[in-house]
Amino acid sequence: MQWETVIGLEVHVQLATKSKIFSGASTTFGAAPNTQACAIDLAMPGTLPVVNEQALRYAIMFGLAINAEINQRSVFDRKNYFYPDLPKGYQTTQLDHPIVGPGVVEIPLSDGSHKSVRIHHAHLEEDAGKSLHDDFHGMSGIDLNRAGTPLIEIVSEPDMRNAEEAIAFAKKLHAIVTSLGISDGEMAQGSMRFDVNVSVRPKGQNEYGTRTETKNLNSFRFMEKAIALEVARQIDLIEDGGSVKQETRLYNGDTGEARSMRSKEEANDYRYFPCPDLLPVEIDDAVIQELRDNLPELPDAKAARFIARYGLSDYDAELLSSDRATAEYYETVVKACDDSKLAANWVSGELSARLNADETSIAHSPVTAPQLAGLIVRIKDNTISGKIAKQVFEAMWNREGDADTIIESKGLKQMSDSGELEAIVDQVLADNPDVVEQYRAADDKKRKKLLGGFMGPIMKATKGQANPGMVNQILVKKLNT
Amino acid sequence: MAIDKAEIEKIAILSRLKISDQEASELSDRLGDILAMVDTMQAVDTSGIEPMANPLDASQRLRADTVTETDQRERFQQIAPATEDGLYLVPKVIE
Amino acid sequence: MHNNTIAELAEGLTNKTFSSEELTRHYLDRIKTLDGQFNSFITITGELALAQARRADARLANGDAAPLTGIPIAHKDIFCTDGVKTSCGSKMLDNFIPPYNAKVIEQFNQAGAVILGKTNMDEFAMGSSNESSFYGAVKNPWDTRCVPGGSSGGSAAAVAALLAPAATGTDTGGSIRQPAALCGLTGLKPTYGRVSRYGMIAFASSLDQGGPMTRSAEDAALMLNVMAAFDPRDSTCIDQAVPDYSATLNDKLDGLRIGLPREYFGDGLDPEIEQAIQAAIKEFEAMGATVKEVSLPHTELSVPCYYIVAPSEASANLSRFDGVRYGYRCENPKDLQDLYTRTRAEGFGDEVKRRILVGSYALSAGYYDAYYRKAMQLRRMIKNDFMACFDEVDVIMGPTTPNPAFGLGEKTNDPVTMYLEDIYTIAVNLAGLPGMSIPAGMTGGKPVGLQLIGNYFSEARLLNIGHRYQQATDWHQQIAAAAGGEK
Repeated sequence: MQWETVIGLEVHVQLATKSKIFSGASTTFGAAPNTQACAIDLAMPGTLPVVNEQALRYAIMFGLAINAEINQRSVFDRKNYFYPDLPKGYQTTQLDHPIVGPGVVEIPLSDGSHKSVRIHHAHLEEDAGKSLHDDFHGMSGIDLNRAGTPLIEIVSEPDMRNAEEAIAFAKKLHAIVTSLGISDGEMAQGSMRFDVNVSVRPKGQNEYGTRTETKNLNSFRFMEKAIALEVARQIDLIEDGGSVKQETRLYNGDTGEARSMRSKEEANDYRYFPCPDLLPVEIDDAVIQELRDNLPELPDAKAARFIARYGLSDYDAELLSSDRATAEYYETVVKACDDSKLAANWVSGELSARLNADETSIAHSPVTAPQLAGLIVRIKDNTISGKIAKQVFEAMWNREGDADTIIESKGLKQMSDSGELEAIVDQVLADNPDVVEQYRAADDKKRKKLLGGFMGPIMKATKGQANPGMVNQILVKKLNT
Repeated sequence: MAIDKAEIEKIAILSRLKISDQEASELSDRLGDILAMVDTMQAVDTSGIEPMANPLDASQRLRADTVTETDQRERFQQIAPATEDGLYLVPKVIE
Repeated sequence: MHNNTIAELAEGLTNKTFSSEELTRHYLDRIKTLDGQFNSFITITGELALAQARRADARLANGDAAPLTGIPIAHKDIFCTDGVKTSCGSKMLDNFIPPYNAKVIEQFNQAGAVILGKTNMDEFAMGSSNESSFYGAVKNPWDTRCVPGGSSGGSAAAVAALLAPAATGTDTGGSIRQPAALCGLTGLKPTYGRVSRYGMIAFASSLDQGGPMTRSAEDAALMLNVMAAFDPRDSTCIDQAVPDYSATLNDKLDGLRIGLPREYFGDGLDPEIEQAIQAAIKEFEAMGATVKEVSLPHTELSVPCYYIVAPSEASANLSRFDGVRYGYRCENPKDLQDLYTRTRAEGFGDEVKRRILVGSYALSAGYYDAYYRKAMQLRRMIKNDFMACFDEVDVIMGPTTPNPAFGLGEKTNDPVTMYLEDIYTIAVNLAGLPGMSIPAGMTGGKPVGLQLIGNYFSEARLLNIGHRYQQATDWHQQIAAAAGGEK
C-alpha cells in the first residue's frame, strides 16, 4: 500500500514585547524563578488583566505579512482547565474571533518549486509557566515567570504532505516573525514551539485519517524526527490491522522516543466563554494602515533584493534572507568588506556550518559581522590566502582576537618578499633539474601543468604562506631565462 | 432539566471538586431544581439577538508595553502553602 | 457620636468636637461590646484603625483634610487590604493576607478615612441572606432572629447597628440594595464600570460592582465621591469624569418622571411593602414628580438569566483557588488531582460548590448555546427593556425586595426560593445600570426598601432623588432597638 502523510502545524510564537500580555511584569528570559511573576501573573484574588498594545500590534503585523484579513473586532476567551503552570485555572486566548483571519505562506521546496500553505487563523494568547520536574522530595516546582508572556498561535491547514514541507513551512514562519522583529525566534529558549498534527491515508483517498498531535517541539531537527517516527508508527499500526487513536503525544528529544501524554488522556472540556474581565478589541483602519506602511522587509522581498543587488544565487539569497539576524549580519559584512559574493560564501558556508555544529544562533556568534568582514578584507588584499583564512576564522571563533591580530601573532601573512621567494624558488628548481628540462622542452599547455607541479614543494617550504601569484611570476621568469 | 448523578460526577471532575456518592445524589436534586428554574428562559425567542457580554458595549483599552512591576517574590511567597528555592511546590506533575 | 451621619461626624472633626482617634475608639468599643450579637465583622483592625486615625488627626490639624478624613469605615471582606486578612467569607481564604490594596481601599486611604475592620459576607458573595459565610450567619439588628440580607450582610448589619458610620459593599445581583433594604439603610450600586473592581475579589466579573452602604443619601454621595474613580488596571472601568455627587443633592424634583414597572407590583409582593412603596410614590408626587406605569417584560426571566451568567463566570473566576500559590491547601495531598479536588472540596462551602457546578455545566460542551449564549442574548433584551423605559421616564421605582427580612434558616434548604428574593434587583446588574435602595417604611418592625433605578451614570440624580425624599421623611433615621439609640 502507498501511504500519503498529511501534516498540519500549530505554531506558538512568543512575541518580543518588554512586558506581558496582561500585566506589567518583564518577559526577559532566564530570570530567577518567580521573580518576574507579578500579582496578576500569579492570579492573586481581585487582580485584573489589561491588554498590551504592542502584543496586539505584533499580531496584526504577522497577519499583514501573510496577507491575512485582520479582524477589526477580536475577542478574548477563557479556556478552562486545571494545571499547576496555569495560575488562573484558565488560559486567556481567542477562540471564535481571533485577531488574524485566513492567510497564506509560500514555502520553497528542494526541487526549486514553491508551494502555498494556507493559514487557518492566528490568535493571541498567554503562555503558561513551567513545571520543573527536578525532585523536591517527590514534589514538582512551579516557575511562573513565563506565565502571561504573549504568544501568537498560528494554525495551518493540513496542507503539508511530508516532513520536508513541514520543516520548510516552520522555517518560513521563523523567517517571517524574525524579519518582522515580532519575535526573537530563539528556538532553544522556547520562543517558537511547534505542535504537529500528523495523519496518514492510502494514496488517492480523499478523507483524512485519524490524526495525532505531537506537542511542544522546539527545533526543526526534533520536528523532522518526530514526524518520521509518528508516520512510521501510524503506518505500522494500520498495516498490522490496528487503528490510530486520536491522542496527544510527547516527543523526547534526548531519547528520540515519543509517547502518549497521560495528562491529556482524560476527556477534557475546556468550557470556552468570552472573558468578562476583558472587552472586545476594536482596531481602527488607521492603525492597520500605519502598520502596513511601516512593515519591515519580508523574507521573499529580501531574497529578491539580495539577488538583484548582490548578484547572489537563489539558494544563497533564500538562505541569507531566512531570518532577520542572518540577513542583517550578511549586509553588515557586505558593507564593511565590499564583496557580496565572498561575504555570501563565508556567511552561508563556514559561519553557518560552525553555528550549526555548536548549536548556536547567529545572534550569539562569537565572530561578529565586522570581524568577519575584517577577515574577508585580508583575503581580498592578498594578506592571506583563502586556505589560511579558514585557520584564522577558527581562531576567531575561539575568541583569540580579530583577523589582523591573529594573522600577526601566528605569522600567517603571505610571503610577498620577492628576494626571499626567489631564493626558495631557486632551491626548488635546483632540486628538480629533470622537471626543469621537461618544462623547457614542452609546449604551452604542458608547461602550465608542469608549472603547477612546482607549487606544492614551494608551498610546503613556506608553510603555505607564499603568495601564489608572486610565486607564479618568479617561476615563469626563472624558467624562461 | 434533570441532571443525573453521572453528569454531576463529570462536572465535579471538570471543576476539581471531590464529592462523595451521597453528595452527588443530593447535588443531582438541588441542581435539578436550579436547572428547572433556569430552563424557563428556553421559552423566549432570542433569535437574531446579539449576545451582550458587557453592559456598556465598550471596547478594550490598551496598555503601553512598559515594565511596571518589580520582583516581589519574597512577599508573594510568604503567603504560599509550600515553596522551595523560589518555586511553588506541588505533588509531582506527570505529563 | 454613633447616631450621627458621616456628614455630621465630619463636621464634628472639623470643629474639633472630637478627634478621629476618639471617634475611632468609640466605634471600636461598640464593636467589641455589641457585635457578639450580630457577627457583622470578620476582622477588626483596631491597631491599624488607630494609627490611621492619628494620621487623620494630623491632617485635620494641618488643614489639608478631605471630606472623609478621619471617618471610620467598615469594608466588606471582599476588598483586598494590604497586610490585613481578606477572606471573602470563605475557609479558602481564611489565611489569605493580600500583599496589595484594592483600588477602592486605596481611594479611602488617600481620602484619609479609617479602616475599622472587614465585614462578614456570604461566601464569595454568593447569597442573599449572609448564611453561607464560613464565619457564621449575620443577624439583622432589627430582629436578630432574621437575616440581614446578603451578600453584603455584615456591612449592612454593622451600619444598622451603628457599629460603623458607613460601609462598603458589592452588588452582583442585589448584594448592596437587598441588605440595605432589609436593614433600613441607603445602599447604592453604581453603573457597571463606575467603581474599579481591581482588588475586589471577583464573583461574576460582568456584574460585580462596589458601592456605599450608609444611613443617608447624603452620606452615600460622600462615599461615592471617594469610591468612583477611573482605574487603568480594570479594563471594564469607564474613563469618564466623576461628578461631585454632593453638589446636586438638593436639586428640585419638579417634573421628575417616575416609571413604575407593572411587573414589580404583581404576585409575590408583600402587601405591606406595596403600601409603603405607594406611599413613598405619593411623597414624590407631592414634590412635583409625575408617575406613570411602565413595563419591564422580561423581569421574571432575569432570575434564570442571572443564574446562568453569574455561576458561569464564577466557575472560572474561582478556579484560581487551587491550593498552590495562596489560601487553603488540604493536608498531605497524595497526588496533584487530590490536591485540587480536596483543597476545593474542603475550602469551599456548599452554595459556592453548587454555583461552580451549575456554571461548569452551563458552559460545558453541548450546553453552551442553550444556556450561556441564550442568557447573554436575554441579557441584551433585558437591557433593551430598560432603555425603552428611559425614553419615557427619568427614574424607575419599585420595591427592592418582595418580602421583609426573613428568618434565619428559613430558606437555606431551598436555594431556588432564596434566588427569587432577588427578582427586583437582578435585572439592574444584568443591564449594568445604577440602582439604589432607600428606607421607605416599616412592616412588622422591619424596614422596607424603595428601589430607584436610573439610566447609565445617573448616580448623581438617584442620590439627589434619595436625598430630597429623606429631607421630607424620616424612615432613614429610624434606629434598630438592638443598636441602642443613646448618643
